[in-house]
Amino acid sequence: MKIITGNELRTGDVIWWAGEGWSRHVNDAVDVPEGAEAIIARENAKQIVTDTHVIDATQTPEGVRPAHIKDRIRALGPTVRLDLSLKPADPTAGNWVI
Amino acid sequence: MYQYDSYDQQMVDTRVAEFRDQVSRRLAGEITEDQFKPLRLKNGLYLQLHAYMLRVAIPYGTLSSAQMRMLGDIADKYDRGYGHFTTRQNIQYNWIKLEQAPDLLADLASVEMHAIQTSGNCIRNTTADQFAGAAADELVDPRPYAELLRQWSTFHPEFDYLPRKFKIAIIGSDTDRAAMKLHDIGIQLVQNDAGEIGCRFYVGGGMGRTPMIAPVIGDFVPPLQMISYLEACLRVYNRYGRRDNKYKARIKILVHEIGADEYRRQVEEEFAHILTLGLEPPPAELERIKGFFEQPGFEAGLSDDLDLSDPDFALWVDQNTHAHKQPGYAIVTISLKPVGGIPGDATADQIRLMADLAKELSFDELRVTHAQNIVLPHVRKADLYALWQKLDAAGLADANLDLIGDIIACPGLDYCSLANARSIPVAQKISERFADLGRQRELGELKLKISGCINACGHHHAGHIGILGVDRKGTENYQLLLGGSEAADTSLGTITGPGFSEDGIVDAVEKATNVYLAQRSDGERFLDTYRRIGMAPFKEAIYG
Repeated sequence: MKIITGNELRTGDVIWWAGEGWSRHVNDAVDVPEGAEAIIARENAKQIVTDTHVIDATQTPEGVRPAHIKDRIRALGPTVRLDLSLKPADPTAGNWVI
Repeated sequence: MYQYDSYDQQMVDTRVAEFRDQVSRRLAGEITEDQFKPLRLKNGLYLQLHAYMLRVAIPYGTLSSAQMRMLGDIADKYDRGYGHFTTRQNIQYNWIKLEQAPDLLADLASVEMHAIQTSGNCIRNTTADQFAGAAADELVDPRPYAELLRQWSTFHPEFDYLPRKFKIAIIGSDTDRAAMKLHDIGIQLVQNDAGEIGCRFYVGGGMGRTPMIAPVIGDFVPPLQMISYLEACLRVYNRYGRRDNKYKARIKILVHEIGADEYRRQVEEEFAHILTLGLEPPPAELERIKGFFEQPGFEAGLSDDLDLSDPDFALWVDQNTHAHKQPGYAIVTISLKPVGGIPGDATADQIRLMADLAKELSFDELRVTHAQNIVLPHVRKADLYALWQKLDAAGLADANLDLIGDIIACPGLDYCSLANARSIPVAQKISERFADLGRQRELGELKLKISGCINACGHHHAGHIGILGVDRKGTENYQLLLGGSEAADTSLGTITGPGFSEDGIVDAVEKATNVYLAQRSDGERFLDTYRRIGMAPFKEAIYG
């Protein structure tokens, strides 16, 4: 699947295109097989998101998982500070990154 | 320490106001990201893997306790309670919000700090010996010259758009603690046979994808012509440095391609011209700056005796303190490398504690080292035990300076958008494998440095043992290098052979240390043994 990601302009937070808006959780990312460029152009014009781009990902039973390790770490947070990650209460959260 | 005059303060305050306006216009959609990006980078604000990252300049690694305290407060107020001290003696915050960045910069300006020129193709923050003004082996205190460099390079209009970034280091002793020969320009203050002080210029060093050791270009430049000689070095680079290929744009490539002799000839020609222009700051300015770096009020007649009956304290004193030029005083290095920790990270509370200890026990002063540790430069030996106890209570008393546990590591793929592999988990695993301090001390001085990509922020080329993380078909892979050094005996490490997995590289490091233990002669460090016996025995043990 193809998903769109970027950073919220104001905060820099990593965000994912969820169909009708942006989410901070990668599991909310939706497949955008076509028309990604139009979505990116439209959202960029709103000046609320930056560094938007399309990445490859896979829909797994556990959720959406970006294909490349860099994007998986970007989705989760630093593997060495899981307390600051997407799932700070889950000590095994880093397992799906590597 | 140097204190801003009204010009310094006005420049920094004006820059904060300017950036506040730029951020406001960006958030209002009045300027695009393409227009804004170079503006934020000029103020040290990057967009990294998870958020905006702010790199704060710490001129020649020197901080007052008030500045250090502010760095701790900023970690709490604008970040997530910690900061990361870098291999260029700066500090980085990983979770900055753009909308808060102007307020953060205003807080920094209130303690005479900023993030200007911590990014971009300009002259970056000058680094220096972290023991400057304190070391017993020092010939000349390099800090006044470093401050002159700061003033000269800040907003220098001619050198604001160089072919590539430009890093300068300056030292004043034969013991190189600043990796001076691995900088674009390294300056060593030296003494000639007549007893005069001069600047020896090493030009064209660097790490990154094409590591090079800088050759001597100017052997003895009078200190009052230092700026003119720098101008000449930079002008030749600015004129002929490549702008068509960023990977060949650093000055090291220019010096290498035209040769040191030809580069020197051009610099000397330009230098002769510049001397006719009167660009050199007046001698009175250097004298004014020197006035800020007078010796603090050391007590005379103090004893050098220490009660070392506490064995843990004795180990820490042996490993983490250095000889001070003043009898009865010591230089203390606080390790930011706890077993299993993140090299260079410190919590807001730890940063504030170090600030308080500096105020109480070190004449209000701290230094950041390129090895990602903190120095209290002037501590009475009589205060060392009390200091150690307070550090120990805060998890800051690891007695591992320059041992295998004192690992340099860049942020790597956990934070950095340029990285190909994670550095920190490898550092943590090696640190845990060699957690036993007795084992570390048995190995002796062993500088291990890890980079998560070829840009070499973790100085892997210069590690006695170096590790480079690479991306091999989407999987992290780690190359091992042996034989590097960034000290006075500067050398570049050699790759052992095929790379390893994360666990494999830890095993490989252990095998290399076992070769050293089996083959070393009396008094040899790991590096000495490697240089004597060569790569073959290590390769055999690692891959055999």
